[in-house]
Amino acid sequence: MFWQEEIETIDSKNLEKLQLERLQKTVRCVYENVPFYRDKFKDKSLKPDDIKTLQDIRKLPFTTRDDLRLNYPYGLLAVPKNGGVVRLHTSSGTTGKPKAIFFSKNDVNQSAELIARCLVMTGVKSDDILQNMMTYGLFTGALVMHYGAEKVGILVIPAGPGNTERQIALMQDFSSTCLHLTPSYALYLSEVMESKGIMPKRDLSLRRAYLGAEPYSEETRKKLEQMLGIDIYNSYGLSEMNGPGVAFECINKDGMHIWEDNFIVEILDQETGEPVTEGQQGELVLTTLCREGMPFLRYRTKDIAKIIPGKCRCGRTHKRISRILGRVDDMFIVRGVNIFPQQIERVLMSIKGVAQNYQIHLEAYDKMLVKVEIEQDFFDGNIEHLLILKSKITEKLKSEILITPKVELLEPSTLPMSEGKTQRVIDRRTL
Amino acid sequence: MKIKQISVFLENKRGRLLEATESLAKAGINIRALSIADTSEFGILRLIVPESEKAKEVLENSNFTVRENDVIAVGVSDSPGGLASILRILNDAGINVEYAYAFVQKSGEKAVVVLRIEDPETGIKALREKGVMLLSSLDVQQL
Repeated sequence: MFWQEEIETIDSKNLEKLQLERLQKTVRCVYENVPFYRDKFKDKSLKPDDIKTLQDIRKLPFTTRDDLRLNYPYGLLAVPKNGGVVRLHTSSGTTGKPKAIFFSKNDVNQSAELIARCLVMTGVKSDDILQNMMTYGLFTGALVMHYGAEKVGILVIPAGPGNTERQIALMQDFSSTCLHLTPSYALYLSEVMESKGIMPKRDLSLRRAYLGAEPYSEETRKKLEQMLGIDIYNSYGLSEMNGPGVAFECINKDGMHIWEDNFIVEILDQETGEPVTEGQQGELVLTTLCREGMPFLRYRTKDIAKIIPGKCRCGRTHKRISRILGRVDDMFIVRGVNIFPQQIERVLMSIKGVAQNYQIHLEAYDKMLVKVEIEQDFFDGNIEHLLILKSKITEKLKSEILITPKVELLEPSTLPMSEGKTQRVIDRRTL
Repeated sequence: MKIKQISVFLENKRGRLLEATESLAKAGINIRALSIADTSEFGILRLIVPESEKAKEVLENSNFTVRENDVIAVGVSDSPGGLASILRILNDAGINVEYAYAFVQKSGEKAVVVLRIEDPETGIKALREKGVMLLSSLDVQQL
């Protein structure tokens, strides 16, 4: 099933033609309307007419998060702020000012169109009901999904996050079939359901959930699919690129189709800024092709991903990216080894007896401690079994990250479970 | 004759043992015997209580991870060689002891040894044949 079949299955020749036209238009637009970009072009002695092929994208300047902060709030607008834009979203930063993102009327519509493609791609039909459990407000996650689902014409329950008992009541009262939430909240929700004796397959009407806004592992997906008895689809987006719906999984769940008529994808070596060989992982860099209010050239997402080579069985021709393998910023270094929390998670979730929650503590002298909750049912009173589990975790982690962490087994449900984003790494090192 | 033992997983956190024993105290459950198996990072508290079902529920309601296991309790004479004579019987029957802990009854005449053994059926039979006194759950309640 398709929302916009013609564009979703466009052949590569026509796609490239469309991309080049839109890229040239975007380049001209920012050159003429955004002083920040005009200055960057001047620095490189670059004119919009120099962009003659898609490969010429590599001549264009990058846009970084710092550029967004430095030009906060209106600096990167390509249209007048009065009359040109209709919506503001912000994306919080860990330090300093947030990033302000503006949508024109067409941007609001276009981001909803992309979500509509995504939802239909996962099998959404008119009898579906979406319970939207992302935060409504300045964060793009909930509103963009909301508009997209309304475009498809399905009922949306704007639940927002938190108040888990009410969420479950809504699911029961209105027979929600689709959920949109963060992975950490999904884990929390499934734990609450379990503790209340609610069996989703028996007691609820859920069919699928869309997980986004935080990286998580394939093992966590499998665990959640099993616990909730539903299909889980990965959703990728970032406020700087309209929010959710930039890339999304189809029913094959083998990578996320990134809408190439709207974005040009580059995977670059995070250090050198040079393209990696196709299929290798690197930083995802995106250029908007349809954005009016705030077009971005070569935006460095800081998300690590790779292109999945080959055609997808669903018939869509748009490239697929892997799940987000990590964020450049989340990476930490222990004894000279680069480690992403997702690597740790992948290992932990593949071991029987390990519950969903874990924490990585980085302590003095480059020591790494991994705190792992054990599963309630795993405990049988036998100390031997716990010691074996502990050494199994240690060994498997060692073979993944090449250093030997200290592993501590915890009672189930003792680590803080958040209803939003969870802090997985606690760095107490004073270097 | 098997009796119920409660095992509680304790992570290495200050006050966790205290919390476990306090929740039992609040419920009016008297601990008859206990042992703590510990490693550097976690421990297992093992308890013999008169009402193991209730104790399990109380601990679970206080968010502890609890398991009920079968063990045997043996009365031995409170004198040198008392425990050794029991272990000799099990050893001769080829049965390994996973762990054991003991306590002395108020009367002082008998000590009670709690044993977790491999193949409890055979072990119980061997002990019985040698005339060893095995405690029932009822006996435990009256300790």
